[in-house]
Amino acid sequence: MHELSVAESILEITLRHAASAGAARVTDLHLVIGDLSSVIDDSLRFYWDLISKGTPAEGANLHFKRIPITVECLDCGTRYEARRGDLRCVRCGGERIRIVAGREFLLEAIEVNGSRPAAQADARG
Amino acid sequence: MAQRIEIVEGILNANDRLAAQNRARLEGARLFSINIMASPGAGKTSLIEQTARSLGSTLRLAVVEGDLATSLDADRAAAAGARAIQINTGGECHLDAVMLQGALDQLDLASLDILLVENVGNLVCPAAFRLGTHKSVLVASVPEGDDKPYKYPASYQGVDALVINKVDLLPYVSFDMERFRRGVAMLNPGLLTFPLSCQTGQGLEAWLEWLVTEARAVRQGI
Repeated sequence: MHELSVAESILEITLRHAASAGAARVTDLHLVIGDLSSVIDDSLRFYWDLISKGTPAEGANLHFKRIPITVECLDCGTRYEARRGDLRCVRCGGERIRIVAGREFLLEAIEVNGSRPAAQADARG
Repeated sequence: MAQRIEIVEGILNANDRLAAQNRARLEGARLFSINIMASPGAGKTSLIEQTARSLGSTLRLAVVEGDLATSLDADRAAAAGARAIQINTGGECHLDAVMLQGALDQLDLASLDILLVENVGNLVCPAAFRLGTHKSVLVASVPEGDDKPYKYPASYQGVDALVINKVDLLPYVSFDMERFRRGVAMLNPGLLTFPLSCQTGQGLEAWLEWLVTEARAVRQGI
């Protein structure tokens, strides 16, 4: 598994955005992760707690929005949530399909508070 | 004063940006490159050995070997006549764009025709990390079973070509080729597929011909 390198990427993105907003603390992170990815929530939390120590994001809560693998049948047009190990159309059994969701791997938003006097004000703040 | 900051940034964007830089370097050197992925034991190194032996006299090949800790695979590639660079990932389960960048630094890219990158043996993680190579190739093998596309959809989805290795074992193992191919077709319709055996050499010609054609196209800037 590669949760450590994923956690490092998340920390880099978080600190960059927190700094540009002039935030002193990051309290929450909102992640959007499709079920096609192999990341395990608890494992990511474990590494997150380790590598966020001593940074403005130390102890921030990770919130996971999991996106199920969603498939569209190219034969009958049905949209459905794929069953594990079986992507076939739940309505007509068709095998000509398109995966329309489930690949997401995003940091959607962070919640911050406090401000550092030296930092420039963020336009959205 | 709590505040929510919308970000919506791909978690692996930094890797993707580096992969694009790797690609630009490879394009600049007109060096055709492939990222070879597979589970352990599928035959990545055997395929590289066969490729180096067959093409080594006419084309200049280099191999970047990703391995958790040993140089066994790099030694095999070198013995087959390829210039081999070893990347020990130190336990990481995949190669990423930074690791490939380091390997590219050690090669005279302009003096090569084909670069083969052997990823870490793993059917899950390498699929998530772009390296910047021209093509991604998945090596499946008959003894692994025909259920792999159903169990590891992400690995089968993003690749440009599929090698089905060890087809000489088909009479001896229960591998339903029809079921396997149907699973692949759902994820990656029309995927270029090379059934072959690195042991007997059957089917290798089509694979080699594809490599040579692609390498020539990149060399000529097509």
